[in-house]
Amino acid sequence: MSDDRLVIAGREFKSRLWVGTGKYKDFIETKKAIEASGADVVTVAVRRVNITDRSKENLLDYLDPKKYTILPNTAGCYTVEDALRYARLGRAAGVSDLVKLEVIGDERTLFPDTAGLIEAARILVKEGFIVLPYTNDDPIVAQKLVDIGCPAVMPLAAPIGSGLGIRNPYNLKIILETVKAPVIVDAGVGTASDAALAMELGADAVLMNTAIAGAKDPIMMAEAMKYGVEAGRLAFKAGRIPRKLYANASSPIEGML
Amino acid sequence: MQIHVNGEQRAAQAGSTVADLLRELDIRPDRVAVEVNREILEKGAFDARGLKDGDRIEIISFIGGGSEEAIGYQFSARSRIEPAEC
Repeated sequence: MSDDRLVIAGREFKSRLWVGTGKYKDFIETKKAIEASGADVVTVAVRRVNITDRSKENLLDYLDPKKYTILPNTAGCYTVEDALRYARLGRAAGVSDLVKLEVIGDERTLFPDTAGLIEAARILVKEGFIVLPYTNDDPIVAQKLVDIGCPAVMPLAAPIGSGLGIRNPYNLKIILETVKAPVIVDAGVGTASDAALAMELGADAVLMNTAIAGAKDPIMMAEAMKYGVEAGRLAFKAGRIPRKLYANASSPIEGML
Repeated sequence: MQIHVNGEQRAAQAGSTVADLLRELDIRPDRVAVEVNREILEKGAFDARGLKDGDRIEIISFIGGGSEEAIGYQFSARSRIEPAEC
């Protein structure tokens, strides 16, 4: 697998598992889980520094930006204006010109506002950002995002944090067939077989947070996800057998008594 | 003079700069972004940008986050399914 590198906007990534950094017990658990996952891209949220309690440590003390690609996100942004502001602040912090662009449309489902997403993506691409948009599993929107200059798209598998797994494999398959850019399945994965399924469909990578951080043993689940992604990738490249309705004996009839 | 830092009012000395404020708050400038009155400041400008009375400063950094989670919502009776079971 060592030569099977993921390349996005000229950058090479070793791992096809990308992870979020939210909802862990503490920074030590975050660090251990990310190490166990083998991920080299980690997404982080852009928020106010706590100025009243400066004893609080910084996440980047535990995730060395030299070792990991830091992917600031615009989580929590419900308008184009907010998403642009958070993206620009994330870049100004000086560790990354990538952005995981989210423009959320509804707080119950956290589905993307795809009209707002396209508008924000267009502006940020012009400003030189490497825009990785969190989008719906809509092939038309995915194509539009690539057309305006996003070097990859990140369609959801299911609502964020839902753990429902791959809800619409056929739409993801259509996106994989039609969009000529890396596809990173983002959100909705619940367990390792979900990650494997995404990769078997042909996804270029999978991004997850809750499935690892919310597991009873996040560090063990991080390792499970690593194997799930690797197994799915290998199975995709190996080429699975076609599904058939009836049996097909694997032992020859010839030579039977 | 009074300024607002991350939504909180605080006193600042006349003639002090953004860099002074960061030092005072014990914040390393390399991993934060600073916005003054909705305008993002280049890191190189922290030393030069003097604080003015009424300035609204935002100092941001990165925290743990993947995406927001939809918490505490249930499916309504109309679409009642048990997500864990499907």
